[in-house]
Amino acid sequence: MNEYSKKMIQVPSYNLLREQDADKQPVLDVRNLGIDFGGLTAVDSFQMTIGPTEISGLIGPNGAGKTTIFNLLTGVYQPTRGSILLNGIDTKGMTTAKVNRLGIARTFQNIRLFTDMSALDNVKVGMHNAIRCSFASSVLRLPGYFKAEKAANEKAMELLEFMGLADVADTKAGSLPYGVQRRLEIARALATNPSIILLDEPAAGMNPSETAELMHQIRRIRDTFQIAIFLIEHDMNLVMGVCEGIVVVNYGRIIAKGTPEQIKNDPAVIEAYLGRKECGDAEN
Amino acid sequence: MKILQYLVNGISIGSVYAIIALGYTMVYGIAKMLNFAHGDIIMVGAYISFSVTNYLGLPAILSVIISMAVCTALGVVIEGLAYRPLRGTPSLAVLITAIGVSYFLQNAAQLIWSSSPKNFTSIVNLAPLTLFGGQLVITGEVLTTVLVSILVMVGLMLFTGKTRTGKAMRAVSEDRDAAQLMGIPVNRTISITFAIGSALAAVAGVLLCSTVPTLQPTTGAMPGIRAFTAAVFGGIGSIPGAMLGGILLGLIETFSKAYISPQFSDAIVFSVLIIILLVKPAGLLGKQIQEKV
Repeated sequence: MNEYSKKMIQVPSYNLLREQDADKQPVLDVRNLGIDFGGLTAVDSFQMTIGPTEISGLIGPNGAGKTTIFNLLTGVYQPTRGSILLNGIDTKGMTTAKVNRLGIARTFQNIRLFTDMSALDNVKVGMHNAIRCSFASSVLRLPGYFKAEKAANEKAMELLEFMGLADVADTKAGSLPYGVQRRLEIARALATNPSIILLDEPAAGMNPSETAELMHQIRRIRDTFQIAIFLIEHDMNLVMGVCEGIVVVNYGRIIAKGTPEQIKNDPAVIEAYLGRKECGDAEN
Repeated sequence: MKILQYLVNGISIGSVYAIIALGYTMVYGIAKMLNFAHGDIIMVGAYISFSVTNYLGLPAILSVIISMAVCTALGVVIEGLAYRPLRGTPSLAVLITAIGVSYFLQNAAQLIWSSSPKNFTSIVNLAPLTLFGGQLVITGEVLTTVLVSILVMVGLMLFTGKTRTGKAMRAVSEDRDAAQLMGIPVNRTISITFAIGSALAAVAGVLLCSTVPTLQPTTGAMPGIRAFTAAVFGGIGSIPGAMLGGILLGLIETFSKAYISPQFSDAIVFSVLIIILLVKPAGLLGKQIQEKV
């Protein structure tokens, strides 16, 4: 590994916390996380904390292990090494559903909505654990059912409105335009009532004005729901514009952590993205 | 008038196939597996109902409820013990296990109830409806079967479309991993699906044996395969498809028995299936899945 990563390990206490989060328990505390696939180490020594209302970014070249990290955080993969504390609870061995109930929700790089269901129903699936209503009362249509159903509908509609999707509530998710589907995925993730939401390339395929709108929305989500946001993104305008802290990975390892200003000027990051100076000519 | 009588009989047996096919189609849609033991649950359901009325002397309606409860539990146990450990393995492993479970149930029934056929007494005691001066007779069994199958289908449509658990089922059916990441308990959702499918199988078993009263350990096998055919025919995974497929299959079977050849009816049924699948590979109401290039 290069010099820089050694230097970072010497200062593991680097803190990305916002002032208002300083005395609070971090929502996510990842310690020395690593995963091997066969003989290949995909992620190693990944270490970071995220404060309860922080917007942070995860960047790195293609194949650096960013989505693998998301999959580890959400329980899709079980780590080979290290631990993940979500609101102070170790998620080791939990199913993805359990991890979600503990407070982590995500969107996907290639949108994975329930395409045959309406936008409203997609959000209501996200609310599965929030709506409690017995079998009998839902089949027999007891008053309790109507109450729960009405409350669920209202909450789902509120979320759709919040994401600017109220007018497509009854449209099948699969027939919505691409950018709208991305927003619906965020609404569905919010419906699970998370304390942190992971966005996997939320601006992919968006034009600059849609991206600007998305940046605004990301901030609004944090401010309204008071939750943390952790996002993977290649659009540097978005990352630099919205993230308070940034982690840069390459070959599965953290090569830099810091504020957008620090990251922009970090030699290791520039090298990872643009290559070394001496071989730069050969590549171009 | 004969043709009307055949029509009525065809719809009746078709309704039984439809109820069985609903179980196949739901399990396939949500757990993405073919539960070939489903037909044998029908047989178990019929035996339970038979035992409750004949050995315990309890009323018929109670025997149906007990039979549904037993089959629900059986379905959940089979799923938990035999299929769940294989989740994530290639589908052939699950398929072969299902065939194993099917033989297990048949042999267990043979041990408990012996292989000699039992004479199932119909649980329906409605007077037959006689129309056109006795030329068309609609038995109580036929009326009950058709009514029950319609109720079951409407109930299932409402359940999957409106309730929270039904929505979870649709979500699991579309994208299991994404559903789980949204907090849906996938294992529990699949268990519920097996529970519903098996309860329906019990109903189908009682209705089937009320119409065709011979009950033996292999009673469920052939109707099971025909219902599976019906589910594929209508578009596997689709609830109205299973209903339509079941009734069409019953009609084709009855008419080919009556007008072509009783021995040949199964061959005709399956030939029609092959032709339909050649023209519409996803079945009558199934969705065409377009492969992305």
